[in-house]
Amino acid sequence: MLEVRGLIAGYGGTDVLRGIDLDVAPGEIVAVLGANGVGKTTLNRALSGLIAPRAGTIRFLGEAIGGRKPAAIVSAGLIHVPEGRRIFPNMSVRDNLVLGSYRRGKPARQNNLERIFALFPRLRERSAQAAGTLSGGEQQMLAIGRGLMGEPRLIILDEPSLGLSPLLVEEMFTLIARIAADGLAVMLVEQNVVQSLELASRAYVLENGRIVAAGPAAEIAADPALKHAYLGL
Amino acid sequence: MPSTAPRMRPGPKAASPSKKTVMFAPDIILAAVLNGLMTGSVYALIALGLTLVYGVLHIINFAHGATLTAAMFAVYVAQTMLAIDPYVALVPITLLFFVLGYGVQRFVIGPASHGEDRNILLVTLGLSIVIENAMLSIFRSDTRSIDVPYAFESIDLGFTFLALPRVAAFGVALLVALLLGLLLTTTDTGRAIRAVAKEKTGAALAGIDVAHIYAVTFGLGAACVAIAACLLMPTFYVTPRAGNAFVLVAFTIVVLGGMGSIPGALLGALFIGVVESLCGLFFGESLGQIGIFLIFILVLLVKPTGLFGARA
Ligand SMILES: Nc1ncnc2c1ncn2[C@@H]1O[C@H](COP(=O)(O)OP(=O)(O)O)[C@@H](O)[C@H]1O
Ligand SMILES: [Mg+2]
Repeated sequence: MLEVRGLIAGYGGTDVLRGIDLDVAPGEIVAVLGANGVGKTTLNRALSGLIAPRAGTIRFLGEAIGGRKPAAIVSAGLIHVPEGRRIFPNMSVRDNLVLGSYRRGKPARQNNLERIFALFPRLRERSAQAAGTLSGGEQQMLAIGRGLMGEPRLIILDEPSLGLSPLLVEEMFTLIARIAADGLAVMLVEQNVVQSLELASRAYVLENGRIVAAGPAAEIAADPALKHAYLGL
Repeated sequence: MPSTAPRMRPGPKAASPSKKTVMFAPDIILAAVLNGLMTGSVYALIALGLTLVYGVLHIINFAHGATLTAAMFAVYVAQTMLAIDPYVALVPITLLFFVLGYGVQRFVIGPASHGEDRNILLVTLGLSIVIENAMLSIFRSDTRSIDVPYAFESIDLGFTFLALPRVAAFGVALLVALLLGLLLTTTDTGRAIRAVAKEKTGAALAGIDVAHIYAVTFGLGAACVAIAACLLMPTFYVTPRAGNAFVLVAFTIVVLGGMGSIPGALLGALFIGVVESLCGLFFGESLGQIGIFLIFILVLLVKPTGLFGARA
């Protein structure tokens, strides 16, 4: 459903991504791994339209989406849950979620809201609370919940376990598995290599703006040299 | 300051009593407070536009004063050439200025600033120069005012008279502030505006078109000053620089109320209106604004985040 070919993108005078080829099939969990600063977030930003690609193509569900505005890409069904959560701290949990359905019709909203509250009972309990007062784990759930409110076909999660306690990290991975079980494709960008490789069917390893390894997650997990060289294990 | 300070034409028998004898009479102080609230309500509209744009785009709109001037001339033209009363012109002029504000941000300022908020500031500065010079070349630097039959109508409260146009301005300004508050808190667009204000990236990723929301916000800012212009013109005059003095006061109010805070701007404006009126009463009308700037400096020294609704 997502086909990226020869993607080059960056900031100012430098190219951070230097030719990325990547695919995600419907319903699949794909892990994108790599050390800090290799360009994972930049890749996400290019896919979701926050920065414009400098070269290459991005096709999603058959449409060329490279260079479109984020709003149009959200409408197309590709939703990026950003690193650092980027929730609206002064607004209620409910308003945060409702804004996730901004591009969807009003009738769809209530259904989506019920679905998200069923998935995250904590968010229902706190629906009237200001989002900024939630704990880190709850804020991450809210960020994912807001993303799901937009009815994505592919959801990109950028370091969802960052800053969470080990227990919450477990919970987060269980949750991602549940989201994917509904048939949604997930692109999981993580530094939590072992758990991501257990969950994903395929993985890409990024280094310095290029893909240095790609394949079934089990194969990457079984390659100690690769893990040592690029994933700090 | 006195030469540029915006001063409403005083209501009949309201201000400037013979100071030495009745200075502290409660009736006169109360009358001054009421007059201050009425002036403050118009300041509020101007400050609301300024603070809204600041809160969302994170820039001071330097064209705000010129926009107010342009709107005042629009009211002037509507009344003198088309014989449309300012209160009748309020709706079309407000809509016109919303559309102009939207268009200017969407198609001029936005593209010219290449995604950098601080460039927006420079473009608005340029825009203010263009608007002001256009006004100068069309209308020259003469002082112009309009004649409306009700300019000197007043309401008798027993202890004082309130000028009818200013009472109307108070009512309309508060109503507009209320509607703006409702827009921001209960509508989709309002929620999107607040979302963009706090978290632009998050808003974009939720599917909100940030360029559109910037333009809507700019349009609302222009609409606020357009309403202010319609409320001012029955009792005030316009020159090609008339708007700037008001915006200077409005800027003080925005800082006082906490940059970007809507309730802060409203309360701050009413407060400043009263301060100005009381200072005018005690120290003479031409010094009314001294109090404003003294308070401004005090606030900057003591509580730089503003008196009301302060946010870091
Ligand atoms: N907004 C930005 N402006 C300029 N350089 C950036 C920006 N964001 C990231 N970079 C640079 O791009 C490179 C990749 O960053 P990023 O994509 O965030 O990596 P990762 O998500 O893999 O940690 C880094 O060298 C970083 O310094
Ligand atoms: Mg990153």
